[in-house]
Amino acid sequence: MVKKTLIPIGPYHPLQEEPELFKLYCEGEIVKDIKWETGYNHRGIEQLSEKKTFDQSFFLVERVCGICSTSHPFAFANAVEEAGNIEITNRAKYIRSIVGELERIHSHLLWVGLAGHFLGYNTVFMWAWKYREPILDLFEMISGNRNSYAMFKVGGVRRDIENNKIPKIKETLDKFKKKNDLLVGAVMDDPVIHARTKGVGILTKQDIIDYAAVGPTARASGVAIDVRKDDPYAAYPLVNWKVITAEKGDVFAKAEVRLLEMYESISIIEQCLEGLKKEKEGEIEVKVKNIAAGWGTGHAEAPRGEVFHYVLTDGSNSPARHKIRAPSYTNIATFKKSCIGQTISDATISLAAVDPCYCCTERMAVAYDWKTGERILNGNELIALSAEKTSKLKNK
Amino acid sequence: MGFKEFCFKKSLWLFHFGGASCNNCDIEILDCLTPRYDVERFGMLLVGSIRHADVLLVNGSINQRDKSRLLELYEQAPKPILVVAIGACGCTGGIFAEGNTFAGPVDKIIPVDAYIPGCPPKPEAILAGIVKLLNK
Repeated sequence: MVKKTLIPIGPYHPLQEEPELFKLYCEGEIVKDIKWETGYNHRGIEQLSEKKTFDQSFFLVERVCGICSTSHPFAFANAVEEAGNIEITNRAKYIRSIVGELERIHSHLLWVGLAGHFLGYNTVFMWAWKYREPILDLFEMISGNRNSYAMFKVGGVRRDIENNKIPKIKETLDKFKKKNDLLVGAVMDDPVIHARTKGVGILTKQDIIDYAAVGPTARASGVAIDVRKDDPYAAYPLVNWKVITAEKGDVFAKAEVRLLEMYESISIIEQCLEGLKKEKEGEIEVKVKNIAAGWGTGHAEAPRGEVFHYVLTDGSNSPARHKIRAPSYTNIATFKKSCIGQTISDATISLAAVDPCYCCTERMAVAYDWKTGERILNGNELIALSAEKTSKLKNK
Repeated sequence: MGFKEFCFKKSLWLFHFGGASCNNCDIEILDCLTPRYDVERFGMLLVGSIRHADVLLVNGSINQRDKSRLLELYEQAPKPILVVAIGACGCTGGIFAEGNTFAGPVDKIIPVDAYIPGCPPKPEAILAGIVKLLNK
């Protein structure tokens, strides 16, 4: 019988910026099973959100994830606006879409760089991150911060993109397009990258449907799922663009989808900027007096897939219940398909291929005794605690 | 020259501990390594093990689960070590300080030598912070 070896990756591993623990059960060099543990990143955001007003909550949901820090406020705004039946102005729609697409470009570049780093190809890492800087400069010009832009509010956006800023944005994007051609050429034609990524971590169309994967992970396997097309929001119905898909489902296909999506993003931004010129400057928000009791759901297509927010309102100025589901939550489960049967050296790039974001995914808490590491509360104990509280209240 | 000055005279090697953060500070730290900022020209290097490190960078709020791990890492570190708390969450807990899993800002758990505030601090700010720490 072959001996099984357990290889832990994490929780604080040089490979990852975020804390999470993977356990690879290997026979020889082949991964036979994989388990993962999260919780190192849990901050209790849903509970915090219920203590804050709608306006304050935007700053909080932005910090669910620093990389996709537009998509969470985007989905939250959609949810609150659905609950309050609010229609925003066209200028606000365009600005929202521009910020969302700029973020997609920066996030995809970040992934391309990290994927290169995981393959031991640091030239790609340095290259992609160098081209990412001008995009961050645009963010700094638009919002005043490189990450976490604080652009969203209920009923519109906080800051206008004035018409005199449009030429600068266009110029930067034109320059970036040429750089992106180089980057795409380098990744697509490189024999080493072909050898390392083709046929690695394959997810078939059926796997995607079984595991309900979303975003570029699904689109790389031929499932054309994109919230921007399926349930259009903001300015996406007003502009022309197409959903990029690939058929193979391996790591190379995922890279291809992401690289080509950046061109679509540039095209969306250019059309939005044209649209922005036709709208009157300064009409960026509608005044919202109060939000009636009810509920709303909102989606947004984050760089990693669909972000879903559910907001229950009770007529006050803060959410009564706020539920967040991030794309990595479903995408992480596909590791069961993509990593098993691979060698250990291919497992890392398969893990990185879905662009997992653990700070988005941390949505559940289990209490641990931090001295002994024992789980101190399970379901039954929670019920016991609850029963105890009821009996206390009864006796009062 | 004291022992401490002798230890930090040459290339500093950094170890990065990302607590319960939102990733912003993590990517800004990585950004420092990339061509525009390029800290490697000063001999600063992100290393994989705390046992090789001169500086421990901590960012993000620390939750119940991270706390014991941070303590353990600090104990494993070769002394003297410089601890730098990065970002609003590292310094005070920031927006997550009221959360139900929050276990105290970094300086309640291990001694901190420098604080770099900001959400997230720009790469320039991170570089300036480390330079100030070295000149102290």
